[in-house]
Amino acid sequence: MLSQAVQFLFSGLTLGAIYALVALGFTLIFNASHVINFAQGEFVMIGGMTTVFLVGFGLPMPMAIALAVAAATGIGMALEKLAVEPARQASITTLIIITIGASIFLRGLAQLVWDKKLHALPPFTGDAPIGILGATILPQSLWAMGVGVLLLLALRWFFARTLLGQAMLATANNRMAAQLVGINVRRILLLSFALSAALGAAAGILIAPITLTAYDVGTNIGLKGFAAVMLGGLGSSAGAVLGGLLLGIAEAFGAGYVSSAYKDAFAFVIIMLVLLWMPRGLLGGAAAERV
Amino acid sequence: MLEVPMLDVRGLEARYGPVQVLFGIDLSVAEGELVALIGANGAGKTTLLRTLSGLVRATGGSVAFDGETITAASPERRVRRGITQVPEGRQVFTTISVESNLRLGAYVRGRDEAARDLARVYDLFPALAERRTSLAGELSGGQQQMLAIGRALMARPRLLLLDEPSMGLAPRIAAEILDIVLKLRDSGTTVLLVEQNAAAALEIADRAYVIENGRIAMQGTGAALLDDRQVMSAYLGLD
Ligand SMILES: Nc1ncnc2c1ncn2[C@@H]1O[C@H](COP(=O)(O)OP(=O)(O)OP(=O)(O)O)[C@@H](O)[C@H]1O
Ligand SMILES: [Mg+2]
Repeated sequence: MLSQAVQFLFSGLTLGAIYALVALGFTLIFNASHVINFAQGEFVMIGGMTTVFLVGFGLPMPMAIALAVAAATGIGMALEKLAVEPARQASITTLIIITIGASIFLRGLAQLVWDKKLHALPPFTGDAPIGILGATILPQSLWAMGVGVLLLLALRWFFARTLLGQAMLATANNRMAAQLVGINVRRILLLSFALSAALGAAAGILIAPITLTAYDVGTNIGLKGFAAVMLGGLGSSAGAVLGGLLLGIAEAFGAGYVSSAYKDAFAFVIIMLVLLWMPRGLLGGAAAERV
Repeated sequence: MLEVPMLDVRGLEARYGPVQVLFGIDLSVAEGELVALIGANGAGKTTLLRTLSGLVRATGGSVAFDGETITAASPERRVRRGITQVPEGRQVFTTISVESNLRLGAYVRGRDEAARDLARVYDLFPALAERRTSLAGELSGGQQQMLAIGRALMARPRLLLLDEPSMGLAPRIAAEILDIVLKLRDSGTTVLLVEQNAAAALEIADRAYVIENGRIAMQGTGAALLDDRQVMSAYLGLD
């Protein structure tokens, strides 16, 4: 009984770490621009697919990963420069629609450059399950959770301790005042797309050995990340992490105890219930825009 | 004037979309001066300051600083050159600590210099020193205004643009803030001050401009405008 619950918890935390990274990507861009970037899932796909193909070309895994993250970051910055920046004067709704267009475009491009098949990335360090408390965990799950935690700590440090991180927070809090202290808010927006894309790509690479990847995995995982954001409270980084973890856990337990056919529905029901009671999400409102 | 004024504004025009707000503003501020800008609600005072700090793009005319044209420069470049605006309504970074607000004020200058200037700002505003770890949003209105001024000083401005620094403050606090403004002028910072309380502004100003519907309607020394009957009745509510 207990071992089963622990088993579900492990898979929930693994998924949750991934959702949290994607949700943080949404949050970074939202805080810099109030735009909800619906191409966020595509960064996840680009990270996973690029790594799969570079490894297929015979590149060592660490190099393939570094290049894939760099590629996604470049695409994120290009998205900001070529699609968002030129439409800066347009309404937020227009900008959001632009990101939806970009996601369709990137998905189509991935299908052209690669293919429509499912691909597996080899696990980073083998696939012999490790036994803990009567349950087993895949080494790749430990990678996902461990790297997820490291990335979170790195982000925390960046926002709390560096002037550039503080400038991002300041821009999120008051864009006009940020300009008045000499912060180039357009560069901050570019940086937020770069960071979001890198986080998304990292998520995509970490999860690819567990759930497989394909040109269209971004749609579902992007939606989950967005749901996590709404659950945690739009604009709150802590909320994004909390929302991601809760969503992952809810999904894993729903799939385990009820039916895996309903795992997505189960998660979304929880979100709707929470939002019914707390329309601004768990950590929305007062905690918004804080890290 | 023999020497070039620090700030030289000629025929400045600005608009929000189709609505023109500034119609050919001529104004100058010499180094070391405290110049006041007064006028009714909606006259264009804030818009003028925003055009000087680069938040609003001029649609006509020119702005020169130290003899160099900066009409099209970004806000960031103007801060680097020495023009800093304290915006109307304080606009502190509410979700960030007092000390971080101040450090962000020195964003264009780098960390080491910021550390030195922090002490100077805390000296000027001891109340801020006591609350350095509080979130700026938790401060009182007067403290937020001090923080907004302190943050601007962290950029080491040569020209400080102040937009209604005493707005919404208790009279005693408002007087304190205006005292600080005088102190800053005396220590060499050039100031362009927009004030709702016209009498108080004219009293401390070397010179002043009256702006009406986006045009300069009058100018003179603070004392002369204080004596002017027209100004008295229009802006001071006295007859
Ligand atoms: N962002 C904006 N968009 C459109 N119109 C604006 C905007 N800001 C100000 N205005 C208009 O421009 C005119 C000048 O406004 P401005 O804020 O410069 O006046 P002000 O002299 O600072 O007034 P106050 O004493 O109330 O602060 C007003 O008619 C105002 O309605
Ligand atoms: Mg105003």
